[in-house]
Amino acid sequence: MSVLTNNLELFLRLFGQTLQLFAISAVLSLVLGTLLAALRVSPVPVFRGIGATYVTVLRNTPLTLVFVFFLFAYPLLEILRIEPYTAAVVALTLYTAAFVCEVVRSGINTVPVGQAEASRALGLTFTQMLGNVVLPQALRSVVPPMTSTMIALLKNTTVASGFAVPQAGSIRDALSEQGDNVLFGLIWVAIGFVVLVMPLTYVQQVFEKRWSVAR
Amino acid sequence: MSMVLFDVPGPKARVRHKIMAVIGIAAALAGVAYVVMRFVATDQFTARRLDWINYKQIQLSLVEAIGNTLSAFAVGAVLALAFGAIFAAARLSDHAWVRTPAAVIVEIFRAIPLVIMMFFFYYGLPSAGIKLSAFTAVVVSLMLYNGSVLAEIFRAGINSLPKGQSEAAYALGMRKTQVMTFVLLPQALRAMMPTIISQLVVLLKDTALGFLITFEELLRWGTRIGGDAVNFGRPMISVMIVVALIYIGLCLLLTWFANYLEKRNRRNKKVIHTDGDAAGQVQLGNASTAVPGGVTV
Repeated sequence: MSVLTNNLELFLRLFGQTLQLFAISAVLSLVLGTLLAALRVSPVPVFRGIGATYVTVLRNTPLTLVFVFFLFAYPLLEILRIEPYTAAVVALTLYTAAFVCEVVRSGINTVPVGQAEASRALGLTFTQMLGNVVLPQALRSVVPPMTSTMIALLKNTTVASGFAVPQAGSIRDALSEQGDNVLFGLIWVAIGFVVLVMPLTYVQQVFEKRWSVAR
Repeated sequence: MSMVLFDVPGPKARVRHKIMAVIGIAAALAGVAYVVMRFVATDQFTARRLDWINYKQIQLSLVEAIGNTLSAFAVGAVLALAFGAIFAAARLSDHAWVRTPAAVIVEIFRAIPLVIMMFFFYYGLPSAGIKLSAFTAVVVSLMLYNGSVLAEIFRAGINSLPKGQSEAAYALGMRKTQVMTFVLLPQALRAMMPTIISQLVVLLKDTALGFLITFEELLRWGTRIGGDAVNFGRPMISVMIVVALIYIGLCLLLTWFANYLEKRNRRNKKVIHTDGDAAGQVQLGNASTAVPGGVTV
């Protein structure tokens, strides 16, 4: 307990950094992922190909490798100097966007084609069809897996601790520098993550139950 | 492709699509060309920076690094599958005193980041007098984390079977163990196989986290050779491209195997078609390669 109480300020500051890193990357990856999903369901085959290539490459690459690329390899290309923190955001965003893209795409694909055909037959315009029929149904099947993707992103921010970007994973460094007990420190970090993740899991389950559509 | 969002294109739309295709190809080529230009402009592909490929010592160490990655994957996968099977069985138990602790343990290990677990086993435990090698720390963490996810996949797979299956088995006078091993597991395993394999892809990718605790795997090898400024002038780019290709190749091989199994399943009449998504949904919980329905790309 004393490890936590003596370093409360350190824990709060670094968990704050984790949340900040998470929030920025979450927003950016949601935007980029949705754009990629738009590419992947577009009627133009070339766009679909570009989206599919991006997703295949990023989803089969370890996140750590993406980090190594942006922190160690990218600076050698001398394109634009970026801070380690920005590089971490870029790595997390690019990696998570591939998963967001897949969630959005499969959400759209769960809507049966008959729904769109029926709306057209009823004479709905394209906007009406999208806004009143397709998207409300797609959204229901997107939210639960999207929450899971975001939980994964929250946990993935700790990968940054190998690259000198301060967040909850760096608490270990700080504690071992002060000569504090690392074992108990790490247990507190783990508890911190459980506390952060559990409410999200709960929200996800509620949505899943309330929104599960019988088809 | 999904036709939900679009009407069948008419002549005007087809022309528009062709124009957009040309623009798309041009933009993609421009992007690739810019990156290649930067590679050339910063001399990434000079003879000196590619020279590392020629050294026998380095080739051997690459093989060894891949071997380390694969052995961490193999041991981790076997342990995680065993852990998952045990905890899934415990979570499906009729006794609350078995079910509840198992559920708590699985939920907790799913919520803790893998990095923190690895730090705990590698940097934390020595202060309690237990010293683990980097390999053991990686494997144990992979087992606990992926094992918990697999436990959820197994449980969801068994729960997604129609109730009639177990009811009929009980009506025939089978015992609980018999119902599980003769009726439920064989069917559930078939349905879950693609999801289980894509979780193993995640496990393979997660071995790269061993980089953070100095485990000598493929990525660590890459940063060592790539950071060698004295002999090769820091060939980080070329080395990382090779490392990335190896990881992508290995993962795609596993994914291809999952797809193959899924296809074979579809032809198999013995497979019961469940609402299917249950197992795939669980897996998304760790940003894995699965999407609802277990479709992998």
